Amino acid sequence: MRYTYFPGCSNHSSSRDYEESTREVCAALGIELVELQDWNCCGSTAVMAVDPMAAMALSARNLALAAAGGSREMVVTCNSCFSTLRRAGQFYQSEPLTRDAVDRALGEVGLTLQKPVPVRHLLDVLLNDVGLDGIGARVSNPLVGLKVVPYYGCLVGRPKNDFDDRENPCSLERLLGTTGAVLLPFEHKARCCGGALMTTKTEVALELCRDILQEAVERGAEVMAVTCPMCHLNLDAYQGQINQRFGTKFNLPILYFTQILGLSFGLREKELGLTRAMYRRFDYARV
Amino acid sequence: MEVTEVLSERELDRGFSHQVQDLPGAGGLEKCIQCGTCSGSCQMSARMDYTPRRLIEMARVGMKREVLSSRAIWYCASCYSCTVRCPRGINITEVMSGLKSLAIKNEMCSRRDDGPAFYTSFYDVIKRYGRLHEGSVIAGFAWKTNPWRLWGMAPLGWKMFLSGNLEVLPEKIKKPAEISLLLEKLGGGVMKR
Amino acid sequence: MPGSDATSCGILRVVAGAEQTEIGTGVQGMSDVRTGVYVCHCGSNIAEKVDCARVREFASELKNVVVARDYQYMCSEPGQELIRQDVEKNGINRVVVASCSPRMHEPTFRKTLETAGLNGYLLEMANIREHCSWVTTDREAATEKAAALVAGAVARVAFHEPLEERFADLKQRLLVVGGGIAGIEAALKVAAGGYQVTLVEKEPSIGGNMARLDKTFPTLDCSACILTPKMVAVAQSENVTLYTYAEVEKVEGYVGNFQVTIRQKARSVDTSKCTGCGVCYGKCPTRVPSEFDAGLGTRKAIYVPFPQAVPNKPVIDREHCLQFTKGKCGVCARFCPTGAIDYEQGDQLITEEFGAIIIATGYETWDPAAAPQWGYGRYDNVLTAMQLERLVNAAGPTKGKIQLQDGSTPEAVAILHCIGSRDENYHRYCSRFCCMSSLKLAHLAREKTGAEVYNFYIDLRAFGKGYEEFYNRVQEEGVHFIRGKGAEVIRKDGRLAVRAEDTLLGRYREVPVDMVVLNTAAVPRRDSEKVGQVFGIQPSPDGFFLEAHVKLEPLKTATDGIYIAGCCQGPKDIPDSVAQGAGAASEVLSLFAAGKVKISPVVATVDSQLCSGCRVCLPLCPYSAISYDEVNRTAYVNEATCKGCGTCVASCPSGALSVRHFTDEEIIAQIKEVLAV
Repeated sequence: MRYTYFPGCSNHSSSRDYEESTREVCAALGIELVELQDWNCCGSTAVMAVDPMAAMALSARNLALAAAGGSREMVVTCNSCFSTLRRAGQFYQSEPLTRDAVDRALGEVGLTLQKPVPVRHLLDVLLNDVGLDGIGARVSNPLVGLKVVPYYGCLVGRPKNDFDDRENPCSLERLLGTTGAVLLPFEHKARCCGGALMTTKTEVALELCRDILQEAVERGAEVMAVTCPMCHLNLDAYQGQINQRFGTKFNLPILYFTQILGLSFGLREKELGLTRAMYRRFDYARV
Repeated sequence: MEVTEVLSERELDRGFSHQVQDLPGAGGLEKCIQCGTCSGSCQMSARMDYTPRRLIEMARVGMKREVLSSRAIWYCASCYSCTVRCPRGINITEVMSGLKSLAIKNEMCSRRDDGPAFYTSFYDVIKRYGRLHEGSVIAGFAWKTNPWRLWGMAPLGWKMFLSGNLEVLPEKIKKPAEISLLLEKLGGGVMKR
Repeated sequence: MPGSDATSCGILRVVAGAEQTEIGTGVQGMSDVRTGVYVCHCGSNIAEKVDCARVREFASELKNVVVARDYQYMCSEPGQELIRQDVEKNGINRVVVASCSPRMHEPTFRKTLETAGLNGYLLEMANIREHCSWVTTDREAATEKAAALVAGAVARVAFHEPLEERFADLKQRLLVVGGGIAGIEAALKVAAGGYQVTLVEKEPSIGGNMARLDKTFPTLDCSACILTPKMVAVAQSENVTLYTYAEVEKVEGYVGNFQVTIRQKARSVDTSKCTGCGVCYGKCPTRVPSEFDAGLGTRKAIYVPFPQAVPNKPVIDREHCLQFTKGKCGVCARFCPTGAIDYEQGDQLITEEFGAIIIATGYETWDPAAAPQWGYGRYDNVLTAMQLERLVNAAGPTKGKIQLQDGSTPEAVAILHCIGSRDENYHRYCSRFCCMSSLKLAHLAREKTGAEVYNFYIDLRAFGKGYEEFYNRVQEEGVHFIRGKGAEVIRKDGRLAVRAEDTLLGRYREVPVDMVVLNTAAVPRRDSEKVGQVFGIQPSPDGFFLEAHVKLEPLKTATDGIYIAGCCQGPKDIPDSVAQGAGAASEVLSLFAAGKVKISPVVATVDSQLCSGCRVCLPLCPYSAISYDEVNRTAYVNEATCKGCGTCVASCPSGALSVRHFTDEEIIAQIKEVLAV
């Protein structure tokens, strides 16, 4: 299996652990990731707030590069990249005026975009292309009894994806269920962590993250599985500030779902970027 | 926040609703039945000066200045909870994005809110390098709002640096000029400070 | 004189010279065709977009046209009088009316011709309203198209021949499908008229959804108290034959003469022996969730669904009965004092003939488990409105007590309106009765528990007689009204909470409650598509059955002799369902009183000289109207069954088939003229 890979800015900086664990897990499963040549930032929700058409331009360039490189499907790991790139592809196809403007602008830099390549989340690819049997067959170090809360955040399920329910997603449960871990029910699984508001509305975002961590701890979670660098940053790096602010004593490891998969494959902590944790490092041997 | 005077029909901007709806994905405001599902689904609406439902009605009516200078728009985290539940299929998240961009473009942003400074700093960095550089965004943001806030952020930045999660120098694409050209060609955004 | 009135108003002008036009160059064999053309303004409906005077002038130049006029309302009495006078004074023998759709006024003008002494089929209508003025804003284009349609009509009408309508016999027996309040009402009304009625119900008892309700708005009378007398009347009526636990399997024939096959499902109980004593279900060891109680209580594997069931005879649910699943038990048979239990009983097929059919198959409520945000199926004490109805009902699983899962009484109850209705994600339409049923449930919950009751609504639709007054009463009882749709239900601090915006305040609220009631959409029954296929009736876009005309023929369907009533046509409350049941009965009574059915002469005919007897047409006829005449070795059309659809005509390789009034030469002449303009 071979896919064009869009790492997104975070995987090259604040979420190297996601990048490392993604590459390791995909290699272990025989998935070849070919990084999109000269990709640029998708714009995320920030650029659309400044200039919606500029946001279209950023995503459209990536989609055009993928098309030019003969890509069949493009895989992303970041929820925000996933949502933003798909959004651009959708508006490009459904809004003729937007489409014309994008085509003209791309023309200026010598690119064309006829049919946007499908953009897929790694979660979807592992679940539906590799399949549970394929994943299960690779599990050599079952995480028996490890209590995991699945946290999806917003943008992998909303506004829409093709592989899961948007109100009550369950693909993480299905996928990580193969590792022998126990997936706990989690009502905050698709609630917002505050995203970029952590910088501008810190108090509010801390509160949202507090609520998420609170339920996880009440449920007896040993680990939280996440699918997005932004969620990871807010829930891990800011855990200390949350404790300070609210007098809580959270000490919960926040892991990318790829890191949990990697552990069950018997991959080493360093290979999976587990040592990069900002607040609480996960040490499976000591659980 | 509360409007106590008679609404002045002359001051309403009848074209405002169309300005919003011309932005990608932001159409269909006329379909809204004012049920409040958006606000009820929003984790931020309790903190907003106007709820999302009310903003939609205000935009429809043409209360351009009140809408664009509201703080509510900067509280939207783009989580899409409203969008997936709207019974009339309105993409409220895109509407909120559109309102943010119009507030910046029209220089009507609430002076009390940090949101515009953050988003424009982000935009500037992308325009310059083609990729995100967290340090540059934070520096730009602090510069526009309150440079002292860098002090508060320093411990986290240091931690990120130590764990190898922070790049000192920005990563650039091969031809960053291509990005600024694209943004200028396609974007209607007028970046003024 | 109406004609001279019109003339003096300047609206009407006889076209100069037209009256003198001699027709000598007409179509072969039709030298005596004299056509009158009448262009209708339809007030401003047509005249606003079509230049009627120009169309009239254009028409006056056409072949065979003796007189052309335009007039404000051709369907009015003075308008029709114009035609009559022209028949008398100008000797016209063909009429073209350019106005609205023939679906509206063809019968009107046919009658006009007949009263003037002409055969009604010598008429042709050009639809210059729906096909011209209503579909464009371009006056020039509308006028041109109107002229073209008139030219086509004039060309075609020359070929029209006088046709005679005939009558066929009719079986004065009615089939009613569905034994809810609408079906019961229809059956009783027609039975009271002295006709035989067969009522078929899928469930073991009649009564439908109304039997499940506790009180009814706005008067709060007990649902069972007003329904059961009607159910009993059905059982007692000499003119009603009741089949419960039965379904219609096949329908053939046409208005007046339907052949219907009914499958009586095996009850496993010999109803001629059963006395309804109830010993069997008292002894039965198997408990099954009760459908009637919306899954809240249980019933036995042999059961009657509720105490007032009609008939009061149990059925065995073979999916759960141990005798059928495990091959052993036999408790009911052992204890039955009359030996009525019959495990060997099989399904029975019954074939009967009916003159008319009323479909009243009702609705079901939407399952909100499909939308997790409202907590149904995830949290205890989140109920549907129908479940609360069963809790409130004295015959329900808690004997009328509104209680939480742990047996305690709720201190606060939220009722959420429009769950799955008025929502593009689920059902776009308004389910119509939920506002009022929510008010009723709010009243009952408050009365029975003293709880604080919160109604979360978008708009309150209290449109019926006494409804607004009832709303006011419930307000005065202290029920809270929050204008904002319940966006989601969460669990918080050991209770439930409803999140919504109070849109009148413009404030986000999170209201803690102990019980949440979801008033879910009324939806078409899950088998409605299948039912539609059996009876040949169409669904509307919302999935409910389609009426012939939403305002003027709400009870008829596209198939003559098949009527619809009640919620199978769309959500409605009890008063409206009863009215429709009675209305459908009156349609049937008119039909039966006439004693015979009119048969349109617009049917297929076979030219036996040309027919080769190849039989290609036989299987293609959707109405099975064509058979093979063994003696003459040609196709034979049953004119009573033929609908004149033309399928056979198109299939006939030798051109032997044609439909009267739609012959090839008529249609070709029309097309040629339309295209020539």
